[in-house]
Amino acid sequence: MEMILSLSIGVLVASGVWLTLRPRTFQVIIGLCLLSYGVNLFIFAMGRLVTGAAPIMPKGGFVDPDNFADPVPQALVLTAIVISFATTALFLVVIMASRGFTGTDHVDGKERDS
Amino acid sequence: MNGPSHLIVAPILIPLVAAAFMLLYDERQRRLKLGIGLLSCALQLLVAVALIIQAKDANGTGNAVSLYLLGDWPSPFGIVLVLDRLAAVMLLMASLVALPALIYAGAVWHRNGQHFAPLFQFLLMGVNGAFLTGDLFNLFVFFEVMLAASYGLLLHGSGRARVGSGLHYIAVNLMAAMLFLLGAALVYGVTGTLNMADLATRVPRLSDADRPLIHTAAVMLSGAFLIKAAIWPLCFWLPNAYGAAAPPVAAVFAILTKVGAYTVIRFGLLVFGPDAGASAGFGADILAVGGLATIAFGMFGVLAAQDLSRMTGNMVLVSSGTVLAVVGLAMEYDNPEMLSGALYYMLASTLAIAALFLLAEPIGRKEGGIAGLLAVTAEAYGGDPEDFDEQEEDAGPAIPGATTLLGISFVLCTLVVAGLPPLAGFVGKLTMLASAVHFASGMPALWGHWALVVLLIVSGLATLIAMARWGIQSLWANDEEPHLPAMEIGGILVLVAAILLLTIKAEPAMRYLENTAEALTQNAVYIGKVMTTAPVGADQP
Repeated sequence: MEMILSLSIGVLVASGVWLTLRPRTFQVIIGLCLLSYGVNLFIFAMGRLVTGAAPIMPKGGFVDPDNFADPVPQALVLTAIVISFATTALFLVVIMASRGFTGTDHVDGKERDS
Repeated sequence: MNGPSHLIVAPILIPLVAAAFMLLYDERQRRLKLGIGLLSCALQLLVAVALIIQAKDANGTGNAVSLYLLGDWPSPFGIVLVLDRLAAVMLLMASLVALPALIYAGAVWHRNGQHFAPLFQFLLMGVNGAFLTGDLFNLFVFFEVMLAASYGLLLHGSGRARVGSGLHYIAVNLMAAMLFLLGAALVYGVTGTLNMADLATRVPRLSDADRPLIHTAAVMLSGAFLIKAAIWPLCFWLPNAYGAAAPPVAAVFAILTKVGAYTVIRFGLLVFGPDAGASAGFGADILAVGGLATIAFGMFGVLAAQDLSRMTGNMVLVSSGTVLAVVGLAMEYDNPEMLSGALYYMLASTLAIAALFLLAEPIGRKEGGIAGLLAVTAEAYGGDPEDFDEQEEDAGPAIPGATTLLGISFVLCTLVVAGLPPLAGFVGKLTMLASAVHFASGMPALWGHWALVVLLIVSGLATLIAMARWGIQSLWANDEEPHLPAMEIGGILVLVAAILLLTIKAEPAMRYLENTAEALTQNAVYIGKVMTTAPVGADQP
């Protein structure tokens, strides 16, 4: 499972970085989305990979924390998802405005040849 | 002390409440929103002064760290706000820049687009929160609050240049946010904590196998911080974005690079300070070299720039490069004296840079005055220029002698950024130069210090040349009296007065900052306070 997860994070981040460096705004935004997926999975993985563990401890008495999933990365990833979703939406609006002003979807607002 | 001091959370709550109130009124109530905003900024200034006094301890030399446990969860498990001398100084700086910028915006700019006033307050909330928080992930959240508001403010006034540079600015900062998240997650994965004081106690005890991982995490985090602080080669977005932003927005953006510098100082000196064992001083050399390169890059940028906003944008680079280089050198050689000079210089240069961003517009406003400006904006909006005609009187009475006032303010700000006597910039630069020469005298091997000495002097000269050239063109060779609303010059004069006050009161200010720098190299007080403060409800059943 470790191998699958780390490979998928690696592929997501690699494609995200490549797309972010492309000259079209649409490629940039897809790249940023893929990057944030990779980052979110990475935050999850930092809570260690366990299968079948309950997320919340039962009330009363001491329980062994090893048998439960770490709740902190879950809280972190939730915050990260919300924030990256909102900023990506904002970025999309700016991209549309830029397209309207310049008439091109190049990130610099003009084609390289012209 | 009975009960927690609720004053610590006030710099976050005041702008939050003010912004929430503003959202209740629609866009036509601009004067009311402006009033709420000014009130909120004035309150923040008062609170910052009170917190400056609170951060001194009884005999006035030590570092009185105070803690605010959010939700009364015991530290280090809950999120804490920590007020120490450095945080108090930064809060004061932020409110000193914010109030004049908002006064300036009250003349024209606050009505050139939607939601200027609430976004301005949310930006301040993010900035103040970033200065106060003692938790790494909470820092990320406040960073994002600040950045989200700054995206909106950068686009304020619209237009092709702003949208184009806003696109780059947002893309760069989204990447920085990803780096921040990766770094914070890795820190948690390796050490199991996100509290910065707790982290500082755990880093020296890490096993050799884990140490490269925490260094990787630190590199990712400082990547995010340094993009904000605009270190070379991560700074190419800055002159474009700041040059394109509306003047009051650019003025308040002058604080944002200092937020990056602050987080580098806080995180670097706390976690990789002298007590960090095998990790002590990690990355200090890179910071110093990067800072020096930033000064050089900014210096050439200042010389090459044609208009004042772009020139000032490059001065932001010089200013933050100076601070980063000194922090790197101070971290590597444990030299708090130089750090205190850098803090003083940062304070003075930020105020002067903000004033220059504000000055750029009225000096450059030649034909048509405000009506011309508004007509252009209206065109960009697709609105009717007629709507703006009656608003010219709204900008307040224009005052006579505009060129004289603008000229004097311009000269004073130039003296500060170039570091010439008798103003505050000179005091800061002199302290840095004196302690660098004193520390490295007779030791040519310490080339970092010598490079800093040379670059500080040369960059001052370059700034002076560029500013004198621009000043002669725009103030002397131009006999047209610009239209100057009273509120605009009011904002500029408040900043100039703050610079003069900082110069006159240089001795107590310098003593305060010396103690601040001293406290930054002794982390035991900070860590001890954060780790031992008990929740308020702990002694109750």
